[in-house]
Amino acid sequence: MKTYAAVTGNEAMAEALRQVNPDVCAAYPITPQTDLMQNFSDFTADGRVTTEMILVESEHSAMSACIGASAAGGRVVTATSGPGLALMWEMLFVAAGMRLPIVMPVVNRALSAPLNIHCDHSDAMGARDSGWIQLWSENAQEAYDNLIQAFRIAEHPRIQVPIMVCMDGFIISHSIGMVDFLPDEVVKRFVGEFKAQDTLLDVTRPVSYGPLVLADQYHEYKAVQDAVMTDVFDVALSVADEFAEISGKRYGLFDTYRLEDADFGLIALNSAAGTCKDVIDEARKAGFKVGLLKPRLFRPFPYRQIGDALKHLKAACVLDRADSYGAYGPLFTEIASSLYPYATKPLMINRIYGLGGRDFLPVDVFGVIQEVAGALETGVVPETKKYISLRK
Amino acid sequence: MKTRVIRKTDKGPMVKNPGNSVLIKTGSWRSFEPVYTRENCTDCLLCWLYCPDMAVTVAEGKMTGFNLEYCKGCGICALECPGKKGNKAIQMRKEDK
Repeated sequence: MKTYAAVTGNEAMAEALRQVNPDVCAAYPITPQTDLMQNFSDFTADGRVTTEMILVESEHSAMSACIGASAAGGRVVTATSGPGLALMWEMLFVAAGMRLPIVMPVVNRALSAPLNIHCDHSDAMGARDSGWIQLWSENAQEAYDNLIQAFRIAEHPRIQVPIMVCMDGFIISHSIGMVDFLPDEVVKRFVGEFKAQDTLLDVTRPVSYGPLVLADQYHEYKAVQDAVMTDVFDVALSVADEFAEISGKRYGLFDTYRLEDADFGLIALNSAAGTCKDVIDEARKAGFKVGLLKPRLFRPFPYRQIGDALKHLKAACVLDRADSYGAYGPLFTEIASSLYPYATKPLMINRIYGLGGRDFLPVDVFGVIQEVAGALETGVVPETKKYISLRK
Repeated sequence: MKTRVIRKTDKGPMVKNPGNSVLIKTGSWRSFEPVYTRENCTDCLLCWLYCPDMAVTVAEGKMTGFNLEYCKGCGICALECPGKKGNKAIQMRKEDK
């Protein structure tokens, strides 16, 4: 029997963690992640999970405790947002380099300064190169589904790499949506029992984690980290196949909407994709042949598959909710790279939207659609990168 | 030591044969060496306790000197040495190499 519930994104993620019942959780509160962990610590306090909850004094400590617990052989989770993720930065690379399959919801929030608690993707994009796998989620349902699948991807014997599951702060984390929860025993069976390899607590086969590795082998360890990431595509797809069997929902490396017969496309991550889909339906009625591509797996990035899905377009507008100041947005550069191998490439523009929680309204999407359609009609190439929805 | 090949099937960087630091000789890092004076030594073994590597050699509870293959010349032993009547049993000397 399906169990639908009206919950916030944070509640949906906390519910997934309750169903998985990890061994250890070390976390530090930060808006908008706070009530995700507050919900989960209620579960620990009420004895609904057997998780060891470690309260720490910072996110740097939270990730450090997670690394220790994971190396000791536990199934380990934490969660954070914005500046909290930034404070973890050093330890993110340690977790990935040591190949510890830690699972972490990231409730996307802007970075200071100016101080801002609202949504953008600067936090996760800042951790883009840390060696973590990144899954992105449009709504609470996807956040819940992705989080359950994340355990299987990260812990796969061929992978053993930590994973973040991104969800938009406030827009999703604090607004109520309908979520189709799976039964506890189905989730339990799906994620299975966690069997760690080479653990610190295995006294019969002692190991030391974190040795000094200098110029003779560091380079090789990094090459292996990169090679392992290329295996994530297959693993994520086979986990998605199994997930489809228990949930009836099919996930891929990315999602498309009315893209196959489109003349031009929008590319956006997370909740903005939902807004785009609505507006695309309206725009189609008005005669604009527009579609959408929404990456789900951002690290590793499926260049070949995404390039193949976009190559037929005459134009593409990449919407970035993060900026690399003085350069193109992080999603734009990936999409441009995935289209590079093709002899004929779409006209590409990059629009920066929604920083620090600036609303991304249907009128903004429509504006972008009109701009791209206008460029195709007149042949006048617009400025490549521009901020949209600025106050006038 | 022979360089190990790192494969995809290896997990992260880890030491699977603990206690292997005996194979890693760090004496070449040294620019100061400890000089031991037996008559100032009370065999308190603080030097042995504080040495971050295993450069202080001890036999039957007595300090016997240094194994310089493991001595980086950090000088902690000389700093900690209480000596006898104000005279240290360990002093650091610049090594001319």
